[in-house]
Amino acid sequence: MTQRPFRLIDAIRWGVYGGIAVVLIALIGMVQAFSNKGIVADRVTMSQVLVFGLIAAVALMTSGRAAATKPRLIIPAGILAGGTVALFPALLALLITQVNLRSVLLNASPELADLLLPGNANDLVSALQLVALGGAFGFAVGALTRVPARVRRSLVSAGVGVILIGLLQAVFVVIIPDSWRQFLYKANGLSTNGAIALFIVLTVLDYAWLRGRPLTQQQIGRLSAGRRRVLRMVVTLIMLGILAVLPQLLGPFLSEVADIIGIYIIMGMGLNIVVGFAGLLDLGYVAFFAIGAYTMAVLTTPELPVVRNVIPQLNFWEALPFALLISFVSGVLLGIPVLKTRGDYLAIITLGFGEIIRLLVLSDAFKPILGGAQGITGVARPRVGDITVVNPQQFFYPILAGILIAWFITARLKISRLGRAWMAIREDEDVAAAMGINLVGYKLMAFATGATLAGLGGALFGSKLGSMVPASFNVLVSINVLALLIVGGMGSLPGVIVGAAALIGLPELLREFSEFRWWVYGIVLVAMMIFKPEGLWPEATRLRELHEFETPVPVETAEETETAAVPA
Amino acid sequence: MSQNHNHILLAHKVSKRFGGLQALTDLDIAVAFHAIHSVIGPNGAGKTTFFNCITGFYKPEEGEILFRGQPIQGMSPDRVAALGIARTYQNIRLFTNVTVLENVLVGMHRRLHTGWFGAVLRTPTTRREEKKAIKEAMELLRFVELADKADYIAKNLPYGEQRRLEIARALAGNPDLLLLDEPTAGMNPKETEDTMALIQRLREEMKITILLIEHDMRVVMNISDIITVLDFGKKIAEGDPLAIRTNPQVIEAYLGRGAAAGKDYGARTTAAVEG
Repeated sequence: MTQRPFRLIDAIRWGVYGGIAVVLIALIGMVQAFSNKGIVADRVTMSQVLVFGLIAAVALMTSGRAAATKPRLIIPAGILAGGTVALFPALLALLITQVNLRSVLLNASPELADLLLPGNANDLVSALQLVALGGAFGFAVGALTRVPARVRRSLVSAGVGVILIGLLQAVFVVIIPDSWRQFLYKANGLSTNGAIALFIVLTVLDYAWLRGRPLTQQQIGRLSAGRRRVLRMVVTLIMLGILAVLPQLLGPFLSEVADIIGIYIIMGMGLNIVVGFAGLLDLGYVAFFAIGAYTMAVLTTPELPVVRNVIPQLNFWEALPFALLISFVSGVLLGIPVLKTRGDYLAIITLGFGEIIRLLVLSDAFKPILGGAQGITGVARPRVGDITVVNPQQFFYPILAGILIAWFITARLKISRLGRAWMAIREDEDVAAAMGINLVGYKLMAFATGATLAGLGGALFGSKLGSMVPASFNVLVSINVLALLIVGGMGSLPGVIVGAAALIGLPELLREFSEFRWWVYGIVLVAMMIFKPEGLWPEATRLRELHEFETPVPVETAEETETAAVPA
Repeated sequence: MSQNHNHILLAHKVSKRFGGLQALTDLDIAVAFHAIHSVIGPNGAGKTTFFNCITGFYKPEEGEILFRGQPIQGMSPDRVAALGIARTYQNIRLFTNVTVLENVLVGMHRRLHTGWFGAVLRTPTTRREEKKAIKEAMELLRFVELADKADYIAKNLPYGEQRRLEIARALAGNPDLLLLDEPTAGMNPKETEDTMALIQRLREEMKITILLIEHDMRVVMNISDIITVLDFGKKIAEGDPLAIRTNPQVIEAYLGRGAAAGKDYGARTTAAVEG
């Protein structure tokens, strides 16, 4: 495919797209909502990061395109793209100051104009200033493409890192020592010195990491198998050590977030077997989550006299095996009729099943057993010795145990005969059958294992909340788990953790943005599908599948694949 | 039936319809033990349909297919495979995104026994089995001369090697009967030569019966013990290569009625199919 040489009109075209995006963001109220969140205290707000981030993205892309075909246009392209993007919010601000649009566009307020334009007066001069600023920013970004690629990468990573650290202030102030905190942070955002220092440190670290990694990998590669195993053990132990003290580091609020992420990781591990390994699109995964949670609740609550007359009240540990067993059995029972269908049909049937379970729980008929719309309270908490696990910091441990078990099981299954059979089914069902693989049997095994892990997640969830309502088990849970797999990387175990942290953890931490949560969620998913369809931490097989025209002969040994499946 | 003792596969009056299309009509084929038995015929003659009936992907409406005397028509593909019938495909169907070795290991599926618990706990039995499986897979790869490419991703192999890998994957299940669907399609003369030699080694060294669909008449005439000719789903001729080469009905099927009136049938068949 021959590429058309880059022209400056392309820079303007992309600038227009970027500009429209900025206007859109401003008009839905994001700029105003984010202006209260400081990244660098009193200097840079989140809304500025957003607007200039978009400018940077557009400028980066256009100058990148220019670099490919017309290197001498890099700088002009950057300036032009940046200026064009900035032109749109500038015009919007001028328009707002002249005409009252609020009857139609609720967010087009004078405050918005204040936020968009630099300086104090909202006049033509400041509008031109904004355009110039955009152009200057575009120039800087364009100049960046002239910098050696490694340095550029480090600079960009460090910039993004500083923004993230500023954004996640609430997390970092809890974790880092007091002296650091006083240096790095102010009340609302990073301190100026802190931000600069952080930027330099991150740049150096990233650069060192990029330089050092291949060397280290070589050294590790030269180690004998026994030594490598020792190294892996040491790394694993260190990780476990960190995890063991994590709740103390995080404090109650962040532990709560970690718990939620953890429950989603357990579910993600389970769905990963079904969708990632065996390629069965299950959209009703929440059903098994609900079944696990309700089994736990029904068996352990002191309420529900109808049930209590028949089954004695159990404690958490007694009820857990039943929760797993019933999830497993329902996985098998649902699987038998469903798994003979393929692809799209399977997705629709499972989607329906998920809703059926929720409606059954809601129904009056089952109210004496399942609590109906009011739900069930008084679900048992796990007891270890004399301690009842109640608060989020304590609950981190049973959830962590669940994650480790789920990881262990999926990692082992993946590299076994079962994992290969699932791979075969995912890649080509007919051929898999011709290899002697019993399709229904192996699909059932994937489905039931996934269901059991969802049940484990559900049981922990129910017990952690202490009470539950049917509303917690809607189709969004299924979608969330699926989305975290996609974002993390289908079939990849570390991907599940990364995906859960990104899609479940970030929205919990960034409560300021809750209004825009689903909007951002949608954008992130679309962007992922376009730019990084293999996910944030892809599995090797999937990477090859999606980038077949880009990557030449990536050779990997069976041993490496095995290493990747072990927690490290 | 006394034939059972001499024949690994017996198809008796097999018929298969797709809607109004009669794909196979009363087909009788007897494949002898350790034979290289070719099935030829013009495009659409029903050759691949016959393969699909044997391997359980299609269920014939009528007739019976016996493998070692056991009826297998209508059995599910995985059960047929488990009995010892393996196949390759006209358009290569490898597991393209995994390694060469993994492809062969999947082919070994039916001979391995690791279950859920064995896999999760990685018991000594499982480890032994995996070790042995990898060793045997490497031996198979050596047999098809792909051992040095065990770690390659299947889709990155050149065409001819992909064909060989597909054969290795089929062999991994230790089949007694191997169905090869146009194994030399798209190959250059050298590759075709090698594949013919490989097929003969399969019979000589591994004692496998071969049922072969092939369009290249040089291959068919050179290595077949017996040839069955299909046309419009019916068997029109059967015999050794010489008999088929000179059979007027075969020539008619390939070249049309006019040509059958000509004299030098054999040369014409060969020329027509090769050209």
